[in-house]
Amino acid sequence: MTFPISARFQLDYGAFQLAVDLNLPNSGVTVLFGHSGSGKTSLLRCIAGLQRAQTGFLKINGKVWQDTERGIFLPTHQRPLGYVFQEANLFPHLTVTGNLQYGLKRIGKSFATEYIQHILNLFGITHLLDRMPDRLSGGERQRVAIARALVLNPEILLMDEPLASLDFKRKQEILPFLSRLHRELNIPVLYVTHSQQEVAQLADHLVILAEGRVLTSGPLAETLSRIDLPQAQDREASTVWPVSIAEQEAEYHLTRVAFDGGILSLSVVDAEIGTPLRVQIYARDVSIALEAPTATSILNVLPARITGITEGQGGQSVVRLQVGALPLLAHITRKSALLLGLQIGMTVYVQIKGTSILN
Amino acid sequence: MLSPADIETLLLTFKVASITTALMLLFGTPLAWWLARTRSAWKGLINAVVALPLVLPPTVLGFYLLVLMGPAGVVGELTNWLGIGTLPFTFAGLVVASVLYSMPFVVQPLQAAFTSIGTQPLEAAATLRAGSLDTFFSVVVPLAKPGFLTAAILGFTHTVGEFGVVLMIGGNIPGNTRVVSVQIYNHVEALEYTEAHWLAGVLLVFSFTVLLVLYSAFKTHPVAHQLR
Repeated sequence: MTFPISARFQLDYGAFQLAVDLNLPNSGVTVLFGHSGSGKTSLLRCIAGLQRAQTGFLKINGKVWQDTERGIFLPTHQRPLGYVFQEANLFPHLTVTGNLQYGLKRIGKSFATEYIQHILNLFGITHLLDRMPDRLSGGERQRVAIARALVLNPEILLMDEPLASLDFKRKQEILPFLSRLHRELNIPVLYVTHSQQEVAQLADHLVILAEGRVLTSGPLAETLSRIDLPQAQDREASTVWPVSIAEQEAEYHLTRVAFDGGILSLSVVDAEIGTPLRVQIYARDVSIALEAPTATSILNVLPARITGITEGQGGQSVVRLQVGALPLLAHITRKSALLLGLQIGMTVYVQIKGTSILN
Repeated sequence: MLSPADIETLLLTFKVASITTALMLLFGTPLAWWLARTRSAWKGLINAVVALPLVLPPTVLGFYLLVLMGPAGVVGELTNWLGIGTLPFTFAGLVVASVLYSMPFVVQPLQAAFTSIGTQPLEAAATLRAGSLDTFFSVVVPLAKPGFLTAAILGFTHTVGEFGVVLMIGGNIPGNTRVVSVQIYNHVEALEYTEAHWLAGVLLVFSFTVLLVLYSAFKTHPVAHQLR
């Protein structure tokens, strides 16, 4: 994988310091994940040029946006980016159309193009064009804000917790748009969030930040299965697998999906053969057996190899496994780990009790 | 009835107030913008200087201006050297004094309007390819419209009502520096109460109408809610 985005920033606000050195892919969704105060938003603002790091180097697709050593700092309005704020931040004195046209006028592009029609349809906002922002719901406002950033056809889309100010229902209304966006438009996205659900649903590449530093950066499945990081101990720890629909078993209300190394059975997914899906597997739903269980009600039993074991709190062990090409986490009791004599390198069978489909 | 001399003072007052308001908006807007945005240590000092005419007796301000702009003052020497002559007792001098005197009435509403806009719309504009000047005219000015309206009206009416400063710096030269407030004073001194009534009445009705329009417009002004 190539990393056409390199970002190095040092910011010192006394109580808060940011020091990052990242290489990121310029395709798919890269999620910057961390708790509040981890520096994820500051990092995004530095990339946008809304905040100016004392020391910084930023290169995107071969173009240098900032290099303090050479005295280069491209002001935000000269950077070919799209930015979505936590609050929609629409201009209250302009209609939806006026908001959408604001940036287009400044790059001398017309509103009436197929690309823009496509975006308006994608976000379901064609019927809102004449409204003023105060006549929109929170979810509609955020959809317009995302469309406003996208119509400029930016080289990169930066999103700062775009769902954080919305309630659960509105979030569910927008998440599918974001998943689609990511499949239908070939624009790399940097997405800031503190929600594990959004990470699982959207991320291709995951960067975890804490106290202004990068804990880890890598492809989603790999990063989620890092057992040396605290999140592997979390009750909600999970791995996410990219799969595609292989076969429908209508009589059982099941769908069989293929992944890199095998087949999983899921409860029925109404989509065509070949449709890509994301499947989230919680570590607490995975159990381990030394031999292939012959009589079990669990459908998903897969051969796997142990690649790591770590002892967690409260008598829990976290086991990292490799299933085909994909990593998987299992939470089991320390007693079970000892009784089974689990060791790194052993070949075992994993039983997956439950899966959830993310899109 | 209003005599031709009275009408002349009314027109002159209107002229002084119009030019003064235009100049105050021209200089007060960048000043208010700077005050609303800066984190500089000078902010407090500049704020205090701008607000000074609010509390200072107009005669005190007029006295210092007279001294400064007179032939022995720093400003006076400068204007003499430039070949403009000294400013006291001229129309230009009256305008300069009025600008300083009424400035807080323009700067303060603008500063409040700019502050309430916050940084969010500015950042949104920057991410949509607008430079700072562009952002100012396409986002800040429309959002601060009520602030501009208030600033212009307060600046204008306050200039119309000035008396102390005019007396100190402009004197009483007909057609040049004799404004309505001075003319009313002249009438009263000459015991011409009827004439004084007419002029005073015009000013009262004018000021009241302007304020009435201002306050009722704000209740229903389409962009007033943006100031929250």
